Amino acid sequence: MKRMLSFVKKEFLLILRDKRTMLILLGLPVVMILIFGFAISDDVRNVDVAYYAHRENILIVKVMERIGANETFNLVGRCGSLREAEDALLSGEADIVVCFDDEFGAQQPIQGKTASVEILADASDPNTASTGVAILKNVMSRYYMEHTGNESLINPHTRLLYNPAMESTYNFVPGLMGLILMLVCAMMTSIAIVREKETGTMEVLLVSPTKAWMILLAKMVPYFVVSCFNLATILLLSVYVLGVPLSGSLAALISVSALYIMLALSIGLFISTVMKTQVTAMLISVITLMLPTMLLSGMIYPCENLPLPLYYFSMIVPARWYIVVVKKLMIEGLPFIAVAKETLVILAMFVVMLALGVKKFNDRLE
Amino acid sequence: MTGLGVEIKGVVKKYGTLKAVDDVSLRVSPGELFGIIGPDGAGKSTLFRMIATLLLPDSGKITIGDRDVVGDYRDVRSVLGYMPGKFSLYQDLTVRENLDFYASVFGTTVGENYHFISDIYRMLKPFEKRLARHLSGGMKQKLALCCSLIHRPQVLLLDEPTTGVDPVSRYEFWEILKRLSADGMTIIVSTPYMDEAYKCSRMAMMIGGKVIKEGTPDDIIAGYNGKLWKVSGREVYGMLLAVKAYCGVVSCDSFGDSLHVVVRDDIEGLRSYLREKGYDDVTVEATKPTVEDCFIELVRDGCSDR
Amino acid sequence: MDAATDNVITARNLTKRFGTFTAVDAISFEVRRGEIFGFLGANGAGKTTAMRMLCGLSLPTSGEGRVAGFDITDEAEKVKRNIGYMSQKFSLYEDLKVWENIRLFAGIYRVPDREIPIVGGAMLKRIGLADVRDNFVRDLPLGWKQRLAFSVAILHRPKVVFLDEPTGGVDPMARRDFWELIYEAAGSGITVFVTTHYMDEAEYCDRVSIMVDGRIAALDTPFELKKRYCTQSMDEVFRTLVRGEGKKGGARL
Repeated sequence: MKRMLSFVKKEFLLILRDKRTMLILLGLPVVMILIFGFAISDDVRNVDVAYYAHRENILIVKVMERIGANETFNLVGRCGSLREAEDALLSGEADIVVCFDDEFGAQQPIQGKTASVEILADASDPNTASTGVAILKNVMSRYYMEHTGNESLINPHTRLLYNPAMESTYNFVPGLMGLILMLVCAMMTSIAIVREKETGTMEVLLVSPTKAWMILLAKMVPYFVVSCFNLATILLLSVYVLGVPLSGSLAALISVSALYIMLALSIGLFISTVMKTQVTAMLISVITLMLPTMLLSGMIYPCENLPLPLYYFSMIVPARWYIVVVKKLMIEGLPFIAVAKETLVILAMFVVMLALGVKKFNDRLE
Repeated sequence: MTGLGVEIKGVVKKYGTLKAVDDVSLRVSPGELFGIIGPDGAGKSTLFRMIATLLLPDSGKITIGDRDVVGDYRDVRSVLGYMPGKFSLYQDLTVRENLDFYASVFGTTVGENYHFISDIYRMLKPFEKRLARHLSGGMKQKLALCCSLIHRPQVLLLDEPTTGVDPVSRYEFWEILKRLSADGMTIIVSTPYMDEAYKCSRMAMMIGGKVIKEGTPDDIIAGYNGKLWKVSGREVYGMLLAVKAYCGVVSCDSFGDSLHVVVRDDIEGLRSYLREKGYDDVTVEATKPTVEDCFIELVRDGCSDR
Repeated sequence: MDAATDNVITARNLTKRFGTFTAVDAISFEVRRGEIFGFLGANGAGKTTAMRMLCGLSLPTSGEGRVAGFDITDEAEKVKRNIGYMSQKFSLYEDLKVWENIRLFAGIYRVPDREIPIVGGAMLKRIGLADVRDNFVRDLPLGWKQRLAFSVAILHRPKVVFLDEPTGGVDPMARRDFWELIYEAAGSGITVFVTTHYMDEAEYCDRVSIMVDGRIAALDTPFELKKRYCTQSMDEVFRTLVRGEGKKGGARL
């Protein structure tokens, strides 16, 4: 046990003193979350709003004034035609165009008839679109209520152009978790082990009475800890900065994540047993882990859309299963039982990889 | 303390078609300071790794005491200290952290065995808190030695510990090895520097995977066949070319400020030849061969046999 | 080149500091054209740092130096183009064939294309490697590799060639073959600046400097040095100097 502790201590010291690696290990998740999060940041500002009205009237002017006064929006002007409205969206002059019907505000609204307003939004940036539209509706309703004392008379019809299904809004958080944990654990573990082969320290460790599995376990512990830290960072940033819901069981999410981390570590271990230099370990990690994790896991493209051979190949990409788990547990708020299948797949992969790794890693140099 | 003997019998190790170690047999007695001398690529490191249980011989047998390096490799590892070719330190750990770590790897503590390494560690003590990467070659080498000694091994394997190390550090290092050997530890050390052969009690010369000669340095020198002449003068390079062009010369090699020459017949012929060529300040005298002369002779003879 | 003095390398109070640590402490020396200059010193004495400055790879903190007629501070690029460099660790591409290496390095050093086959072929013949021109460098014995690396380093006829421990680990015969190449190059007017840990090789140099603690502790012909320190060999000269200075300056890392 004492031996184990000193191994772990050494490993931590080495990680902590390698400033660059440290920066990558801990900085990467933060940077990635922030870069991706910028696109869907809750804090929507400077949404350019134009409007179209065939015949302008005082109510329309008042409503638009109120919208312009809101800190979220910039009033960019009036479009001459529906055609112009769409052009404004396409060219990016406007993010949202409010189209007023002729009846809107023409006279006192007819009892029981809702005012006709259509909101066109450029949803290629889904976050700005959805948030902008929500705030816009709110502003309009409030104005209308104050003005007429009548609730819900404005019930605008919203059309989201260019990305109607609003895919990928929260998708990147599970994807990013799958990617970061895989990279940090697998790549860093494999490089750390191979580095000791390169510097010759592994030879001395092997010749010592220390058992091989202990050397490996000691390598994994610090990266497990760092990964747990990363997991916490990602979850905290996602929930508190990006406002991604955490609707399911946190305990279940953490448990499956821990399992996934262990799977990643065992993959790293396996890679390290096959590779001889840090450079090849790095390359192999990138090719076999990073690219499939990004492209074949559903992180960027839905797996369902993949060509058939790649679809089957995606079955062996660990992140594909993990991302489903996180989506279901975190965003959809489903109970643990809903991810039982995925969890079992990850568990099975872990057992297989670990067995392979330990079998390959013998306590000799060949 | 008494060390253990090491016996190597008919060991072969192949990489593909290349025989890295080719039928090597050696016997190292307990407490010996045994040198394995040969250039890069002679198979020294492969041999060391087989002794250190890290590689399996294709054929042959190696025993340490009565433990077989293949069958009883766990037992072997507990009595072995091994310092691989590269200094095998953690560059990002300090001097003291490296030592502490290796101590615990071998299930001991620095405190427990400090007296054993204190002689060497005294020199490192002032730099305990310095990262290993900031040590000079000589200091790294001493620290690596401390690390491989901290568990009081009975057999110490040092693979080229002095390569790339300056002459003063090398000298000090060999003094340390001599002391350890005098205390009874069995030490096998490899080196590409022929002059270090004299520090060993016995040695083997290796080239191309084979041991071409084994014995005490004196034995090896006594086995030198030719009659060696030392030719010295002002312009050594010119003289070297001149002597090489002389028809009666068997071999001529530069040794520092002079030439070591073996002639076929009478040395007077060479004397007068050199005078003719205008080298009139030349002194020619009989000299004792060095281990390096022996190595060169053995390899040359080996080449002409083939 | 300083025409008046015929010096190929001139160092004047060349100094390199890393933070508070002075790696090279105001060294001054000259190396003449065609000279074989041995640059010795203990590990960590500052040899590598000094050599890097002379090769234009690192800027001096203070002092000045001229190599092959160019200032190492202001004309580093020209310096690099007019020198050859070879070290024990890196010199040739192991995964390229002998001839491919020659073509590559000749190209890097701007040997005109049509001259490469002539110069390269003659060079291979001279060092006895013409038969292996289509072999991979990794398959050659170390001694051959080093001979080839040296010949490649001087293929473009530089004014000076820097050799960093060129014979480490090489067998005794190959070492001597290598030195014959050095003599030959020096005879043809190429200045050779060489570091080594083999003290018998120090004897082969025209002049030798011994660095201790960032300074040049002694600089003279091997003969004069041995006379001055009343010893038989350069090994003893070296030990006397390094030990003596070591005591004065305290143990050094």
